Amino acid sequence: MLGDALLFQLGYNASLVTLGALLLGVAAGVAGTFLFLRKRALVSDAISHATLPGVGLAFIVMVALGGDGRSLPGLLFGAALSAGAGLLCVQWLSRRTRLGEDAAIGAVLSVFFGFGIVLLTIVQTMNAGRQAGLEGFLLGSTAGMLRDEALLLAVSAGLVLALVMLLRRPLTLAAFDPGFSEVTGWRPGWIDLAMMGIVLLVTVVGLKVVGLILIVALLIVPPVTARFWTERVDVVVITAGVLGGLAGYLGAAISATAPALPTGPIVVLVSFALFGLSLLCAPGRGVLASVLRHQRYQRRVHVRQGLLALASGQPIYERLTHRLLRRAGLIRADGVATTAGQAAAAKAQLDETRWALVRADQTFATAAARYDGLTAIEDVLTPDQITDVDSRLSRPQAVS
Amino acid sequence: MMGAEFVALSLPPILIGICVAVACALPGNFLLLRGQALIGDAISHVVLPGIVVAFLVTGLVATGPMLLGAAGAAVVAVIAIEAIRRLGRIEAGAAMGVVFTAMFAGGVLLLEQSDTSNVHLDVEHALFGNLESLIWLDATGWASLLDPVALAGMPVELPRMALALGVVAVFVWLFWRPLAMMSFDEGFAQGLGLRTGALGLALVIISAVAAVAAFDAVGSIIVIAMFICPPAAARMMTNRLGAQVAWSVGFAALSAVSGYVLAGYGPLWIGASASVSAAGMIATMSGLILAVAAVLGPHRTRNS
Repeated sequence: MLGDALLFQLGYNASLVTLGALLLGVAAGVAGTFLFLRKRALVSDAISHATLPGVGLAFIVMVALGGDGRSLPGLLFGAALSAGAGLLCVQWLSRRTRLGEDAAIGAVLSVFFGFGIVLLTIVQTMNAGRQAGLEGFLLGSTAGMLRDEALLLAVSAGLVLALVMLLRRPLTLAAFDPGFSEVTGWRPGWIDLAMMGIVLLVTVVGLKVVGLILIVALLIVPPVTARFWTERVDVVVITAGVLGGLAGYLGAAISATAPALPTGPIVVLVSFALFGLSLLCAPGRGVLASVLRHQRYQRRVHVRQGLLALASGQPIYERLTHRLLRRAGLIRADGVATTAGQAAAAKAQLDETRWALVRADQTFATAAARYDGLTAIEDVLTPDQITDVDSRLSRPQAVS
Repeated sequence: MMGAEFVALSLPPILIGICVAVACALPGNFLLLRGQALIGDAISHVVLPGIVVAFLVTGLVATGPMLLGAAGAAVVAVIAIEAIRRLGRIEAGAAMGVVFTAMFAGGVLLLEQSDTSNVHLDVEHALFGNLESLIWLDATGWASLLDPVALAGMPVELPRMALALGVVAVFVWLFWRPLAMMSFDEGFAQGLGLRTGALGLALVIISAVAAVAAFDAVGSIIVIAMFICPPAAARMMTNRLGAQVAWSVGFAALSAVSGYVLAGYGPLWIGASASVSAAGMIATMSGLILAVAAVLGPHRTRNS
């Protein structure tokens, strides 16, 4: 069953939804990266919650005009309008008043959402509103989607993706260097507006698939995940797109296999699983990698301190140090240094003595700043400088 | 409207609404000043999985296990946000977004997978509660307020919420000076030997207590609105902390009362028959108050 879903074999509609979720995931991952880089990830939460009153109003207006009220394009248009109004409120509150952006986001999302709930209860009392299914916008509902709706979803997700890819250069520029961006003719204000516009489009398109409470996860989680794997922005953009697409595709496919698996939560949980995997396993910034790095460092400190103890003829009592030196063949089981151990100890001692002189001398101030008790002096000073240091170490003594 | 029917049908929800609004607005002041306004948002999202897990473990919709489950989930979320922020060196907002969406998604999925059709537990209820249903059938009039037999039939949410409000108020009163110092100048507070880390965590936990107690009665949307809107509106009115807290309490109570009345009676005034969601209306009213304060408040800009 899952295999069929993954291979687009579950009928035309389900396949379109899966394809749409895939495209939407890619678009959201890419657009979210720019939000994340500008540290404005949660603005998308305000935008997505602000869509609800628009949906309700659109329904009421369409019914009042004698229409069906359930037409998806109309509802999404209303959602986009009220999301835009919410975004403007956030901008205005955080620029013109003393409130921070976080407070503005919280105020807008709760008030717009609350008003949306009021409108939904009004819709429920309308004759046409009994089976409106507007609650589906809260958590997404792809089951029983009409063919036209699925087509609209897939096409608009594709269009949003194309738009983001078109604008990615100026968006990157504005995220890292607004000044340079302005000089080259891209006004940061306009770029910001474009970025928010794209986020708004992603949100609106995703309403029916993921739902307005969880769509923000599609924008936030993939970029955060991608950030674990690389330090380069163009790679982050591509990785986030791939991760988002993967989450959308797998999530929609898994959810198509059973009725009790709603699309939105599944997509978010797949995305979160990818995040957890990266948090643990990513090279460089992952948890496992940093634990290993820490252990390596700890061992180097122990070996170094053990060698210095050997050099000054002190016995080694500390277990870990003993074991590490023994494993490296530097001491015998009874703690006496082997030949290799004596050589290494002498080298460590010489290193320490040289460092002591370097750190005492003002002319080596920059080199001395790199002293951490582990770095070999050869990594910091040139051979000429070391010769100079050595000549001062064995300064001729006056003969009395 | 002020007779027996009012005492039985409208008084308990209004009182519960006021308790919820004030209990959330009090800690909200300090969260707002510390730049943690969205903590309330995160907490109220993660309460859902906590309650669902508590239900699955105990098999009943009872207050005790649910409060425990919700509080447990809130603590797990705070720890997870902090862990992700430090382990992955990720900005706090993004870490929060990752955690609360994932936990909320988990809660929704658990709810869909388990058989909760015979109990009153669903996502809509979690989001906007059911303030209107908290009625006091034993009341026959104002005299019932003094009648022990009738008082025993009061909705349990009211004493519980009043207790939560008491806990929050006592906390704010006891730690007023440290909280004030920490909110305005964390470095100075640390210099005086104040353990700001522990106090900050205590503030978050107290907020969680308020949110969790309120959640069952009114749903998460009022909670988020009350954490942010009344304190934000109060911030526009004054530069003094004491006055700001007082304003926020007033604004919170005003939103609760006006929101409930408008939701219950407003539609009747314009000729419609059914009432609208009280929780949504209270959030809307707090937003309107904030909008007025943001346009007219004497201290609305950064340098005033």
